[in-house]
Amino acid sequence: MIKQEQMQVVNQQQIATNIFELTLIGQLVLDMKQPGQFVHLRVSDQMEPLLRRPISISSIDKETLEFSMIYRADGRGTTLLSEKKPGDQVDVLGPLGNGFPIEKIEAGQTALLVGGGIGVPPLYELSKRLVEKGVKPIHVLGFQSKDVVFYERQFQELGETHIVTVDGSHGHKGFVTNALEILEDDFAVYYSCGPTPMLSALEKMYPDKKGYLSFEQRMGCGIGACFACVCETTEETEADYVKVCSDGPVFQSGVVRV
Amino acid sequence: MNRLAVELPGLSLKNPIMPASGCFGFGKEYAKLYNLSQLGAIMIKATTLETRLGNPTPRVAETPAGMLNAIGLQNPGLTKVMENELPWLEQYDVPIIANVAGTLTEDYVAVAKSISQAPNVHALELNISCPNVKQGGITFGTDPVVAEELTRAVKEASSVPVYVKLSPNVTNVNEIAKAVEAGGADGITMINTLLGMRLDTRTGRPVIANVTGGLSGPAIKPVALRMVYDVAKQVSIPIIGMGGISTIDDVIDFLSAGASAVAVGTANFVDPFVCPNLIEQLPEKLDELGYKTVSEIVGRSHRL
Repeated sequence: MIKQEQMQVVNQQQIATNIFELTLIGQLVLDMKQPGQFVHLRVSDQMEPLLRRPISISSIDKETLEFSMIYRADGRGTTLLSEKKPGDQVDVLGPLGNGFPIEKIEAGQTALLVGGGIGVPPLYELSKRLVEKGVKPIHVLGFQSKDVVFYERQFQELGETHIVTVDGSHGHKGFVTNALEILEDDFAVYYSCGPTPMLSALEKMYPDKKGYLSFEQRMGCGIGACFACVCETTEETEADYVKVCSDGPVFQSGVVRV
Repeated sequence: MNRLAVELPGLSLKNPIMPASGCFGFGKEYAKLYNLSQLGAIMIKATTLETRLGNPTPRVAETPAGMLNAIGLQNPGLTKVMENELPWLEQYDVPIIANVAGTLTEDYVAVAKSISQAPNVHALELNISCPNVKQGGITFGTDPVVAEELTRAVKEASSVPVYVKLSPNVTNVNEIAKAVEAGGADGITMINTLLGMRLDTRTGRPVIANVTGGLSGPAIKPVALRMVYDVAKQVSIPIIGMGGISTIDDVIDFLSAGASAVAVGTANFVDPFVCPNLIEQLPEKLDELGYKTVSEIVGRSHRL
């Protein structure tokens, strides 16, 4: 169920260049069902910036009622968000969207998790859930350069982790696809979040594998009413279009035209 | 007596607050958040004869105290709206105002004829002001002669009262308002969005794929308020006012300027509970200002 709540900041810290981790506490956490869902935040109670900001959930703790988000402060809204301090309130609408289905993989199987840049965060909660279920995760995480790499240790604690940077300043050099070419593809399901060209490349690399991809699109309402975030679908899909906010953001591979 | 009630052609509103067309879909998403029967009415998303997929994305961009959109009238088309959306809305005790759009006069007439027969559609909102489609839309709303003729044609086809939604993107909005009144309009809804654009300062490229979009949100309130105030002096048919309404003071301002009811658009995206919140705040605000009913406050700025 979608709720609106004034949640309190528990922690805010910079974890890489312009990358922040923000933890909030409140009852809304109890409604968070799936990894890969997102929240829609008001970063200010002023008229500027006006719209909410969709931010993916990176970890959920129902016992402490806390959840975390990892985001890049690169616009006015996310910069204001990065200035929130413990004790401050944030207006949260959520949880929104459909996340990664963990029921599509069995205990004992291997999952490939591929993240690109600020698409990496939702894979963290996903990986934790998969590990709890007895699934073996392999993480391939791509970043621009060493200074924006985050959560390398946290992912390593959950399973095999390969870091890739475009400039080669950390881990493998190149794109995640370059690293994937040298990995064996003995996994049952792949899950991914990141830039659309990366998602498209994955679909081409693994046409016979079951995959779940999380898409990004500019949003208005975040709940499916405004038709801002629609994506075209492929011929195989029954619907003419899908909305990233309410039908997604996670879709099975082959649904969205990329 | 319900002090918030408003009587308009075709519409017995339990309160003067309704979501604006295009900002509320066909109600399903907001129905998950609150009971839609609380609303004065619902202006559903523009319906065209055929299915429309709208414009390429990005379709929205934030601007200071506002937003630009160029959705491009995406909707499932008349048949699906009649078969799925309107029957679903019948479970709520709320009158529906169906926004009607098209490319040619015949399209408008065909949609109006059919959709006005749905049992819960109590009025039409003739969309002659969408700035985001290449044909139809705003092209009907910027020429008084064309606007009058279209209004007359739709009025003949419709079995419920017809409100015409005016564009602010004209030199003289009064002329258009008088023309649609002469064409037989039962009411006016105003304003649609103001045509605008935003550039990516680094590259110089438009942020919206359609290049231009319609500006909405608090930024446009002064323009909308001025136009409602002016048109209220020129016509004798009622006005439903809209344009940047997000607070109870905004509601009062539009009513004072001459609107008999108001619609809330962009504010639904900022606070999805804004409509029920404003409805709840309205009686208290009337008390504070010393008025018993909503009707007393309508047009008071003209009586000072």
